[in-house]
Amino acid sequence: MDWFENGLGLSLIVFLPAIGAVVLLAIPKAQEAALKWVALLVSLVSLALSIVMAVRFDYSSAGTYQFGTAIDTKWIEAINAHFHIAVDGISLPLVVLSTLITALVIIYSWNHWPEPHNPKLLLVFVLVLATGMTGTFVALDLVLFFLFFEIVLLPMYFMIGIWGDRGIREVPIFGWKLEMRLYASLKFFVFTLFGSAFMLLSFLALYFKSGEFLGERTFSIIQLAELGAAGRFVGTFAFLVFLGMFLGFAVKVPMWPVHTWLPDAHTAAPTIGSVILAAILLKLGTYGFVRILLPVLPNEAVRWAPFIGLLAVIGIIYGSLACLAQTDMKRLIAYSSVGHMGFVMLGIATLTDVGINAAIIGMVAHGLITGLLFFIAGSMSHRYHTRDMRRLGGNMVLMPKMGVLLGIAAMASLGLPALAGFWGEFMALMSSFNPLEAIGATGTFRGFMVVGAVGTVLTAGYMLFMLRNVNFGEPSEEWSDHEFHDVETTEWIAWAPLLIGTLAIGVFPKIVFGATNDAVIGLVEKAFGG
Amino acid sequence: MLTLDYHALLPELIVAGTVLVTLVVDIVTRRKHLVAIIGVLGLFAAAVPILTLSFCGSLDFCSSTEASRVMFGGAYVIDGYALVLKGVFIFAGFVALLLSIGYLESDRYYEGEYYFLLVASVLGGMAMASSRDFVSMIVALELVSGPAFMLAGWRKGDARSNEASLKFFITGVIALALTLFGVSLLYGLTGTQQFDQIAVLSETVADVPLFTLAVIFIVLGFGFKVSAVPFHFWTPDTYQGAPPPVTAWLSVGSKGAGFVALLTVCYLALPAATDVWGPLIWIVAALSMTVGNVVALKQTNVMRLLGYSSIAQAGFMLAPFGAVAASGAGDLARPFQATITYFVIYAVMNLGAFGTAIIIGQRVGSYELEDWGGLSKYATGVALSLAVFFMSLAGVPPLAGWFAKFAMFRATIGVGNWWGYSIAIVAAVNAVIAFVYYAKVMKSAFFDDVPEGIDVDVAMSDAIPAPIGLAVGLAVVGVFLFGVLPGLAANVGNFSTDLLGTLGL
Repeated sequence: MDWFENGLGLSLIVFLPAIGAVVLLAIPKAQEAALKWVALLVSLVSLALSIVMAVRFDYSSAGTYQFGTAIDTKWIEAINAHFHIAVDGISLPLVVLSTLITALVIIYSWNHWPEPHNPKLLLVFVLVLATGMTGTFVALDLVLFFLFFEIVLLPMYFMIGIWGDRGIREVPIFGWKLEMRLYASLKFFVFTLFGSAFMLLSFLALYFKSGEFLGERTFSIIQLAELGAAGRFVGTFAFLVFLGMFLGFAVKVPMWPVHTWLPDAHTAAPTIGSVILAAILLKLGTYGFVRILLPVLPNEAVRWAPFIGLLAVIGIIYGSLACLAQTDMKRLIAYSSVGHMGFVMLGIATLTDVGINAAIIGMVAHGLITGLLFFIAGSMSHRYHTRDMRRLGGNMVLMPKMGVLLGIAAMASLGLPALAGFWGEFMALMSSFNPLEAIGATGTFRGFMVVGAVGTVLTAGYMLFMLRNVNFGEPSEEWSDHEFHDVETTEWIAWAPLLIGTLAIGVFPKIVFGATNDAVIGLVEKAFGG
Repeated sequence: MLTLDYHALLPELIVAGTVLVTLVVDIVTRRKHLVAIIGVLGLFAAAVPILTLSFCGSLDFCSSTEASRVMFGGAYVIDGYALVLKGVFIFAGFVALLLSIGYLESDRYYEGEYYFLLVASVLGGMAMASSRDFVSMIVALELVSGPAFMLAGWRKGDARSNEASLKFFITGVIALALTLFGVSLLYGLTGTQQFDQIAVLSETVADVPLFTLAVIFIVLGFGFKVSAVPFHFWTPDTYQGAPPPVTAWLSVGSKGAGFVALLTVCYLALPAATDVWGPLIWIVAALSMTVGNVVALKQTNVMRLLGYSSIAQAGFMLAPFGAVAASGAGDLARPFQATITYFVIYAVMNLGAFGTAIIIGQRVGSYELEDWGGLSKYATGVALSLAVFFMSLAGVPPLAGWFAKFAMFRATIGVGNWWGYSIAIVAAVNAVIAFVYYAKVMKSAFFDDVPEGIDVDVAMSDAIPAPIGLAVGLAVVGVFLFGVLPGLAANVGNFSTDLLGTLGL
């Protein structure tokens, strides 16, 4: 299996979906079966390869990059940009998660095509997204990272815009009235583009600065991290670079106060769009923090950690309170992401190995759980033709299996022990009791811990509030003469892996920690001197 | 004794020959498409010596040395920079011809002269790229513009087309007058027309106020040609009124000639005056990006939108110029490369955008955005191609435009002072604004429903004319190729400056 180890395997995982997308373009629109099977096959092969990779991964040296291409594969020679991809313990779980979600999304779509019916285009977009997502998690060159980071925008933009919610929304301030999908798609794109434009400027600044120390300018994340660990990037320069990157990643996460695109985008997107957005795309931002910002600019990270922590806890509280005010089920789940990503960011802000481990397991858990929640919400609104929780109710009577699944997912989301969501929240709070000493703000972080703990109570509050409104009680008159199909086969197939994953990680978190722990410890030691 | 390097001049000779042959053929035959075919073949043939010249070092028969590529006492030079730009002009002329064939055949206009003028304009661009003194440069520049004035007014019966031509003509003449005035001042001060000599001599007169005035006049004159704000007023009207294939040529060929003039003059002739043209162009670039983009937000006509978009794109291309403002002559190579890289990519994607717009315009019968609603529902392929070009113009990876912006950012940041950083920030904000109006086109084509009054069956009744299809296909390939392997474009940019090194840049 040499071919697999030396980068070809990983390249296949990343690029197979893109090749699949090209193949799909060549298949006539009318041959839906062929389109579906090709897309499914491609995504399953990519998933299988990533599982093979996870099995063959050398967990005893999880901190080193594996399955990578050679470091000197030139890509754009003129700017010394390399095609360098590899996985370590931090990226491995996220790669597997992305390939898994891609496959599940295609399975779920099998007979849940959103209107307007156009499977060909939708599948092409899903596959392009897959390449962008996995690519971002494995890129070790800033230009390559930027490229993958941006590739996901366009398909998601079209997904929201074409298949999105056609409800009318009034734009605040301007007072224009336009369809939800149009508003949300544009907002999503503009916010992200705004952040990433400045992120690119920061990358370039690093590139030029690196030339002063290395003799040759580089975009290599590894080399830049070494320079960062050696304390090369200081002063106003480091601050400006930090600011640019922070903007780029914070919008993507999204952190309060640049989160406002999220509720709109998640609510307006078609079901599979919401699932991909919540499960993977948000992680590109947090991954950027862990992979690039912390190692390359450790000093700035230490300096601004309390600030990041503050925004994180504001996000937790704000997200939870916003959830309590929602009447739209999907919008509630969307806002819950703001809160959950707040916990992830709180963990990262502590700059400790516990905190970053918490962040990664939090990312994986959020991917599984919120993915499942959006799937269920999508299926329910498909059946009820509404997401208004004031009209729903008695779901346990009408669709008992769906109700149970919703219950489990909600419980996992509120952080019930023995389910995946618990570890991320618990450990994030635990780590903020003892943040990195160098930050010199232990008291502040303990304050964050208390506020975060209040946040978990609020989270429990809104999830239970949702369950009460949707699942329990008597079904209203409205639904008396409706016939509801409970969970279908394709739904079972698409949801089972998420359920199993949630349970498995909840009971046995070592599935994730086994990969991440060494890598995270290595990262923290290198950047912050242990 | 004047010896000519015929190999080096072969591209121009071939195109000049083509110009004459088209004129003759047009007189002797009624089958006007023959004229077009000759034009296409002529341009195709001219590309061959460009390739042999580019790879001259590795070819056996190519015996001449580097030095003999300089002709007429240094007034006419064939180097990497010139070759790259000649290649771009030929490509642009080729695409514009292909677009015209499909367009003209569907309407009844005078055909023969049209191709004659277009090829003549291409010849001007090619000569432009090699000009290294003011006389040949201005002659070349006017050879580009002269035919373009007439082409813009080709639809005689259409008032808008007449307006387009007239506005273009008047501003063009004013620009020429400004430039000539500046050039005459410069000649009075230095006693020479040739760029490399001016570069040397101008250091002694750099403190003379008249020199500053001369530089300002020259830059302003070229500002009209590249349609930079505040010299852009003619652009939207001309773009909207001229026949679309002509607009495609104007936005790449004519504008490109202006850029080439600006690049060569600023970098080769006036490195001593960066403190004059640098800040000036900084302001013009920032204004072009901002005004172009903000005004484009309000446009409802695709041709007008592309007009404002091309103003904004000119701003992006000028940004590296502005960034070198305070950095002196030492760092000129990188901004130079960035502008060339940007221009090469811009040429491909903008021609593609016009090509696609023409296809849609012919089918829908309008260039109003609201009539383009729901395009993806009945013409998915065309809609996707529209997405490819417009998103590339917006700079979304993996389409070529991202690397153009990337190269621009790299050059501006790389200057390493606040002139550079500030324009990079202005450009970053503008990249976001620009996306909004490119997205507006996407919204019409993909998100909206088919409007009433558009008969899908009628719109789809004709096949896409083969020449237009070929042109758009070429551009699609180019956009993906440059986007995924941007090294190609960067190499082209570098190639152009590697050889410039011999000129003492």
